[in-house]
Amino acid sequence: MTDLAWIEAALTAARPQAVAALLRYFRDLDIAEEAFQEASLRALKNWPRNGPPRDPAAWLIFVGRNAAIDAVRRDSRQQELPPEEKISDLDDVETRVVERLDNSDYRDDVLRLLFVCCHPELPATQQIALALRIVSGLTVPQIARAFLVGESAMEQRITRAKARIAKAGIPFGTPGAVERAERLAAVAAMIYLVFNEGYSAEADSADRRRSLCDEAIRLSRLLLRLFPAEPEIMGLTALLLLQHARADARFDANGAAILLDEQDRTLWNRAMIAEGLALVDKAMRHHRPGVYQIQAAIAALHARAARPEETDWAEINLLYRALEQLQPSPVVTLNRAVAVAKAEGPEAALDLIEPLAERLFGYFYFFGVKGNLLMQLGRNGEAKAAFDRAISLARTPAEAAHIRMHLDRLARDSAPRQGASGIV
Amino acid sequence: MLYAILCYSDENVVGSWTKEEDDACLARLKVVQDKVAAEGRMGPVARLVPTTAATTLRKGGEEPLVIDGPFAETKEQLLGFYTIDCRSLDEAIDFARDLATANPAPGSYEIRPVRLFRPGARPT
Repeated sequence: MTDLAWIEAALTAARPQAVAALLRYFRDLDIAEEAFQEASLRALKNWPRNGPPRDPAAWLIFVGRNAAIDAVRRDSRQQELPPEEKISDLDDVETRVVERLDNSDYRDDVLRLLFVCCHPELPATQQIALALRIVSGLTVPQIARAFLVGESAMEQRITRAKARIAKAGIPFGTPGAVERAERLAAVAAMIYLVFNEGYSAEADSADRRRSLCDEAIRLSRLLLRLFPAEPEIMGLTALLLLQHARADARFDANGAAILLDEQDRTLWNRAMIAEGLALVDKAMRHHRPGVYQIQAAIAALHARAARPEETDWAEINLLYRALEQLQPSPVVTLNRAVAVAKAEGPEAALDLIEPLAERLFGYFYFFGVKGNLLMQLGRNGEAKAAFDRAISLARTPAEAAHIRMHLDRLARDSAPRQGASGIV
Repeated sequence: MLYAILCYSDENVVGSWTKEEDDACLARLKVVQDKVAAEGRMGPVARLVPTTAATTLRKGGEEPLVIDGPFAETKEQLLGFYTIDCRSLDEAIDFARDLATANPAPGSYEIRPVRLFRPGARPT
């Protein structure tokens, strides 16, 4: 790595803190971003010559703030606007920048910056794009590539999102405990969206989108550093790490998805798994279960199994039951059915999913799982009907191909099949 | 004399490396270690998971306090360590210097003579 690469990594790492502090001073996203941009340019010139500062974020905030104040003053002289309108708490920043960074107030800055991106009026795609642009500092072309859309379309999407936020107003008051908890939950959900955007990619775009997963993990770790004793943020970080650990094993050479049971587990990333398992353990000590912790615990049980046969399906069943209680949803029950099928057999699983039929009438996975269970019970006629329905609901060629494989197997062999894999 | 070389850096920056950058840095560090290992002077080496995965047991009071994360909030964190047999402090400093060249991230290497060493019997 060159010095330049290190500086770029340092700028990326400092960006959330620096932009968040600049946003508090200037109360304007565009000014904060431009100030950070200017500070970064000066860092690229200054740091190789003078060596890296002891605290890059503090340096960038200080330099960015001064640069932006100069710019605002210049503009206001031209446009005759009072600078006070654009600059807040001007007097306290000069001497207290470094102190601020160590102050617990500062975590509210970063939380605010993240929270701004998950305004409830913004559709999910805009939240993700905005977070990647503002917090992560990805360029518009980078984000456009990850979303598989054109650059101008992405530029528009981000501009629209920013306009909505400006109109809604950014909350600058110090949040109370309840408000902080709500913001934390909203931000966690947004980070999970960023991850899913990368994770749910098809094989052909998986490489381009993998960076979204990396970015989500980085944001989640950032949040955990700010709130080191929040078990749900431990759970979220663990969940992302444990799922992303399987990235190299998820697609075959032709780009077809490989189910969990059939993945080459030696390709799983051991370092990510170690970190994920450690975080699950830490979270459990708090005895404050939440949806991310439970999902992480499920992922942990898969990660701990060296071979699929060693998976503790009974425990996974219990965890899904806990998840059902916290977050009742037919999809969660459907997932539990896969565990029940492994732990107690297909009959029990089928009993569990029958009542879901009405609510999951248009859900691809429901009919995939149902067909699978019926196939295991040797009820091939009913299995075929379920698979036919699944194919009609498939959203991608890969999903359809997977079901067709089952149909072919049914056609070839009408005998009951042992150990058919569920869709996990 | 056995020395521990404790590596301190900003994990936030190291965590912002791409996988390629991280792999390349590890490969360069490996070259430095291999040279010493070839002379039979390399002891156990460890790279630690980020401090977000850390738990601290703080002694004091009647019951020790278990807290999340490292006890002290610092700009640089202990990211890992090497143990190495050296004939002199200069040799240990040279090793740290080679590490510093291989890894451009700012930070520091604390060179500490080891007082008690039990290599353990855990299979790697």
